[in-house]
Amino acid sequence: MTIEPADIEKVAKLARIRIDADDLPELTARLGNILAMVDKLQAVDTTGIAPMSNPFDAEQRLRPDAVTEVDQRDALLAIAPKTEQGLFLVPKVIE
Amino acid sequence: MSLHDRSLHELTIAEQLQALAAKKFSSEELTLHYLARIEKYDAQLNSYITITPELAIEAARAADAARATGTAGALAGIPLAQKDIFCTLGVRTSCASKMLDNFISPYNATVVEKFNAAGAVCLGKTNMDEFAMGSSNESSFYGPVKNPWNTDCVPGGSSGGSAAAVAAQLCAAATGTDTGGSIRQPAALCGITGLKPTYGRVSRYGMIAFASSLDQGGPMARSAEDCALLMNVMAGFDERDSTSVQRAVPDYTSVLNNSLEGLRIGLPKEYFNSGTDSGLTPEIERAVQTSIKELENLGATIKEISLPHTELAVPCYYVIAPAECSSNLSRFDGVRYGYRCTDPKDLFDLYSRSRDEGFGEEVKRRILVGTYALSAGFVDAYYRKAQQVRRLIQQDFVAAFNEVDVIAGPTTPSPAFKLGEKSSDPVTMYLEDIYTIAVNLAGLPAISLPTGFADNKPVGLQLIGNYFAEDKLLNVGHRFQQVTDWHRRTPALHKSGTGVRAA
Repeated sequence: MTIEPADIEKVAKLARIRIDADDLPELTARLGNILAMVDKLQAVDTTGIAPMSNPFDAEQRLRPDAVTEVDQRDALLAIAPKTEQGLFLVPKVIE
Repeated sequence: MSLHDRSLHELTIAEQLQALAAKKFSSEELTLHYLARIEKYDAQLNSYITITPELAIEAARAADAARATGTAGALAGIPLAQKDIFCTLGVRTSCASKMLDNFISPYNATVVEKFNAAGAVCLGKTNMDEFAMGSSNESSFYGPVKNPWNTDCVPGGSSGGSAAAVAAQLCAAATGTDTGGSIRQPAALCGITGLKPTYGRVSRYGMIAFASSLDQGGPMARSAEDCALLMNVMAGFDERDSTSVQRAVPDYTSVLNNSLEGLRIGLPKEYFNSGTDSGLTPEIERAVQTSIKELENLGATIKEISLPHTELAVPCYYVIAPAECSSNLSRFDGVRYGYRCTDPKDLFDLYSRSRDEGFGEEVKRRILVGTYALSAGFVDAYYRKAQQVRRLIQQDFVAAFNEVDVIAGPTTPSPAFKLGEKSSDPVTMYLEDIYTIAVNLAGLPAISLPTGFADNKPVGLQLIGNYFAEDKLLNVGHRFQQVTDWHRRTPALHKSGTGVRAA
């Protein structure tokens, strides 16, 4: 599968990463090389092979629905870039 | 050689513990000794991002006090370094990224808690590839680390700062993390011993996530025995890590001296030049073969095996790791912590410009590859396909361990390369991890042991074990290090800026 600059722009938008238009040709070439390398997988017959997401095929462990963490609101807000009245501040979302 | 004939940093952790117990020196003296060495040599190596002398001296005094009252923990007073991927309460935890340059962690990683509880002293946080993505330590926001054996060369990565600091004896041992070889490859390139434990053996809580189905923390030290002492503290179930394995932890030091009589070692034909065109440096192949002869002399038997899907490991990894990284790194959004761009015009601009400015080139490449592999229309062709191939790779190992106890081969195809040599082409850099990556995909433990030199630079022997066979790997490593002295070789350091040879 080949990748075009327009694909990279679309993916960058999905990934929320701004890309400089000047960097687009080189980035397309480099990602194209990586995708060409991983394309080797397409030749492998994997009929009937179950996908593996965990070395032990472990299931997510559940815990009792109980409060285990202490309130750290102030400590967590202290490392945020911008806060006001105990809330994280972002640019206006709704006009 | 008696303790008095050697400087404090030349002693192993086992020897330092004996000397501390015998009051030959205090932890405060030992800690000040390492801090002085860091001051003297690290400007050239750049192995530390953050040094914490006040906290270290405070911890050393606490360890000395605990020793005086008989309440000392297992590593009381031993000066260690933490890879800057482990969260440390009140101390910057940067992951070598501009994104986290201002991040003071509000909590400790479980591994950090465990070392604190054992009385270990933390000297500081070591340099690494940004978010652990790299094999050369060149992607760090804080600049590359230099290999202590040859400062024109890379130390390997991503745990390059830990490897260089241990090799240069700027700490007694250090932690590392290994997603595709990030403990073993730098250990090999810097001539130290590094163990990547079984997936789930060491808690990942507070260890900043890269690829969650592959990441695993482990020890980097100057001998297998010292790695065993660290593993006794690091390993174990943690309910705060949902992938942590509930299984008792053995005393890893108790089996170090077991006989190797009858040990079955498998040599994968795909790992050597006689098998395929793997690009293995002939000097490394010779060094590995010589070491395997040593293991035969200790009673091991050798058998050729095959891991037929070996050449698929790198392509499989470079779908799965970026996919998981793109998901994990979505948390860095410029809202709750970390870097935020100036004057965002709207929320999309805030996200996308903070992430563009906060992440380095390699991290962004991997996020984009991963996002692509997970996007609608491609997820089956890439991600699902890679997960199927991952099982084939695992099945190769499962079949091999029916016939052998340990699999041996080189850790890397070549010795340390020059700074800048491979940084222009990501795919060339990715092939550096050809022998280490399959181990993470399968979730197995593996150790890299110093095994000689190529072009005057250290090279590593990799031993891969079955699930939870860390004790076996440490046993084989220790017996090997009883009859070889590669792990005792140390680089000649030059005092920063002066070019004066160290005593």
